[in-house]
Amino acid sequence: MSGRRKPGKPTIALPQRAFDLLCLSAAFVLAVNASHLPWWLSAALAVILGSRWWQRHRHPGRLPQAIKLPLLTLLTLAIIAYYGNLFGRAPGTALGFGLLVLKLLETETLRDVRVGVGFACFTLMTALLFDQGMVSTLVVALGLVPALATLRALEPAQPATGMARSFMPALALLAAALPLALLAFVLVPRLGSPLWGAPGRDQARTGLSDRMSPGAFTELLTDDHPAMRVTFDGPPPPPDQRYFRAFVMARYDGVSWSYDDVAHAAPVPLEVEQSIGYRINLLPTHRRVLPTLDVPIEAPAGAVMHRDRVVVASRPVDDALSYALGSATRYRLEPQLDARPQRWLQLPARFNPRTLALGQSWRERHGSDDNAIVREALALFHDGGFRYTLAPAPLGRDAMDDFLFATREGYCEHYSSAFTVLMRAAGIPARVVTGYQGGYWNKLGNYLLVRNSDAHAWSEVWLAGRGWVRVDPTAAVRPERVSLGAAAAAGDQLDWYRRDWLQQFRNRWDIVNRWWDQGVVAFDALRQRGLLTPFGIRDTDTRTLGVLLAIGSSLFVAIGLAWALRRRQPRDPLREALRALERKLARQRIVRRTGEGPQHYLSRAARALPAQRGQLTELMQQYLELCYASDEPAPESVHAFRRMVRDFRVTNVVK
Amino acid sequence: MRGLMQRLQRRAEKRLPALTRYRRPERLPITLHRRRIYIVPSGFGLGFTVLLLVMLVGALNYNNNAALLLTCLLGAASAASMLVAFRNLDGLRLDHLRAGHAIAGEAIELVCSFHSDRPRGALRLDLDDESTAFAVDSADAAQVRLRLPTHRRGWQPLPRLRLWTSWPLGMFRAWSWLHPEQSVLVWPRPEATGPAPRAMADDARRMQLHRGEELAALRDYRAGDPQRHIAWKPSARHDDLLVKDFEQPRSRPQWRLDWRQLHGLDDEARIARLARWLNEAQAQRCSYSLWLPGTEIGSGSGLQHYVRCMDALAGLP
Repeated sequence: MSGRRKPGKPTIALPQRAFDLLCLSAAFVLAVNASHLPWWLSAALAVILGSRWWQRHRHPGRLPQAIKLPLLTLLTLAIIAYYGNLFGRAPGTALGFGLLVLKLLETETLRDVRVGVGFACFTLMTALLFDQGMVSTLVVALGLVPALATLRALEPAQPATGMARSFMPALALLAAALPLALLAFVLVPRLGSPLWGAPGRDQARTGLSDRMSPGAFTELLTDDHPAMRVTFDGPPPPPDQRYFRAFVMARYDGVSWSYDDVAHAAPVPLEVEQSIGYRINLLPTHRRVLPTLDVPIEAPAGAVMHRDRVVVASRPVDDALSYALGSATRYRLEPQLDARPQRWLQLPARFNPRTLALGQSWRERHGSDDNAIVREALALFHDGGFRYTLAPAPLGRDAMDDFLFATREGYCEHYSSAFTVLMRAAGIPARVVTGYQGGYWNKLGNYLLVRNSDAHAWSEVWLAGRGWVRVDPTAAVRPERVSLGAAAAAGDQLDWYRRDWLQQFRNRWDIVNRWWDQGVVAFDALRQRGLLTPFGIRDTDTRTLGVLLAIGSSLFVAIGLAWALRRRQPRDPLREALRALERKLARQRIVRRTGEGPQHYLSRAARALPAQRGQLTELMQQYLELCYASDEPAPESVHAFRRMVRDFRVTNVVK
Repeated sequence: MRGLMQRLQRRAEKRLPALTRYRRPERLPITLHRRRIYIVPSGFGLGFTVLLLVMLVGALNYNNNAALLLTCLLGAASAASMLVAFRNLDGLRLDHLRAGHAIAGEAIELVCSFHSDRPRGALRLDLDDESTAFAVDSADAAQVRLRLPTHRRGWQPLPRLRLWTSWPLGMFRAWSWLHPEQSVLVWPRPEATGPAPRAMADDARRMQLHRGEELAALRDYRAGDPQRHIAWKPSARHDDLLVKDFEQPRSRPQWRLDWRQLHGLDDEARIARLARWLNEAQAQRCSYSLWLPGTEIGSGSGLQHYVRCMDALAGLP
């Protein structure tokens, strides 16, 4: 890391401003990377950065090797201990950032600073590997400003300016470079397949899981990131119909519900009465399941439909995915239950005795009237003193007993789980379905924004003659959850940043995010090939792109050169005033000939316009005096001459 | 390595006259324009390009468009900095160049006056291995001082100067050659020791005797005046102390320095001796005249006279 210098070459002192700016750039990089570095590493690096800045202010000089080497070893060991290795996206970022901060410890020459700036730019980019939202991209791009300002501060012989002023030229440079950057962005050929391993799924994101246990959604329900955006072919379905299914869960082991992947089984039959077509833009989930509105009719390309009409993609969704499909909104799903109805009645032995007893008592009371049993259960939730909360009390071993008879508080997971257990106890085939419910209808963009916090769990019961029927027990407790959305249901239990007005604003603002996600983030090799479709070129290959890039760059280079070569002529107000006078006279066809002096010309004009002879002679005298009487005419007299020219009107004379 | 580079450079100059056109001496003022400004990426610029390529490949590989956009932005800004570097030199004018005085073997001071219609910073002027950074204001000309080493007396043509800048980001180096058609006059180096000019000894003694005898006037006491010069009696009648001021000796020695008197020496030795005598005469504030082959300078004293004599001495063939 230490720079070797040629002997005899004098080292130029490092300007303090440049060091300050470099520290600022590093701090900026730390800030944008902090969210995906372990907190102790961020904190330690911030402390090292701050103390180095303070130390160099007091006594300029490198830190001794005895401090640097142990720090470097410690950093490497800490990263290996935390991540398991040094390679890969997250450990690589952590290591790169650590090295940047350690580089600052020995930064004393111009060369060190330049290396540091290069490092800072690189680590800025790695922040985008974790989050490529529009705001974070903008913030990261702003991080280039202190980096470029650092490079400028290295140049000698500059007028002294304030710290804030030193950012403006860097900002202006970036702004001027933006058109060329956009052109290059659009035309740089994308890779059809990665050169080396795609980024690993080393980051566990919140998302729908194939297991569900009461209380597991909490993290998801407080995650405000968009999960998907949906556009409908016709009008959107009403809010209480916006159920997006992901998993159908049959197994219950007393603690959690889980999805059994029944492979190689044909989807259950579906009788469609009413259907709707729509397109979903799914943001990366790193899972294979694709949410669908209600019951999908067919799986989209690249995905298969499993037995219970759960759509599963062939690969995990690591990049944003867009798929179109049709779904039934009024239907009969699996009108005849298959040969093994026990699947939908399965309950773990020796769990929740009171709940089972309650379900069996309902069956005894209502006989074979399944509908009455369902109503009974919903009435229990509605009138039994149940409360909707995102922070319910923890449940014990007999979770459903505790919930139904003791705590009586919870959210969709608790209600759907308890309801399904009750139904099964009463002998009605029942299951839990997870997915999303609700969303925000963006009128401006005509799309439905579904956030992670819209995750929901509900139940389905099988009723003879009607097939699987959706029952949402949460709606019995908190109807707003279904009609108004998750945020409304949660009431004032949410953080400040999810308050109504702010949430409204964020929902509207999402159209910009959507534009960014579709226009920028999802601009891949496929979209690039279709770039020139409006111009009749169906498939833009790499060569065409290269040629276009060359042409476009040359154009920008030409514009830049024109700017660079332009020399501003010093303005001469006197000559401009004479030009104005010439234009006025030219309208009377008294045009100044090439090579004609002002005296000759103006006398000719005076002869041609006898009505204004006096005025023109006066103007001529004035002009000659201003031009030749002194080296530098007085500004007041020039001003007076200009005013005279302005007031000069050519009166038409009838000959 | 250095030799090879120089050979390559000579060859390039021979092959490409366009490169060398502006390297011949030319008259001042010199205005820089696009035909005489060259730009190459600096070492840092090349390194940064490699970094940009790594970032580009990384962004393409991870199919990360935000990172690609950032890389493109940084690359475009770096490329645009080339134009800024060019513009920093374009239109700059070297108006005139003034040389100081120096004796052979010492460095002579050159003052270059640069003029610009807009403010520019981070300009650097190289003379051999020495680099001077300066900035030009739009209002008045910038005076850049350089030190040119000299070896022998006489007219010395100015070497080629390199004006360069790596503004704004240090990634590109724009430079231009300035080769003013101008020479500087280097004074001869005086000999270290030698005999005094004839008829000088008497003068000196006479001067010693004369000094301090005549009381010229009384003046106010200034810090540092010797105590024995204080005029105590007159001071008693005044508020302040008065000091006796002694007139300088009126009759200064007249030195006649003559080339013809120095027999048995070669030309350079004569010049060196005359230079020493000139220095001594100037130091003692004598008045002196100088006779050289082809030049005769009448008696006189003062700095201008001294410069005239030294110039004449330096300009001898």
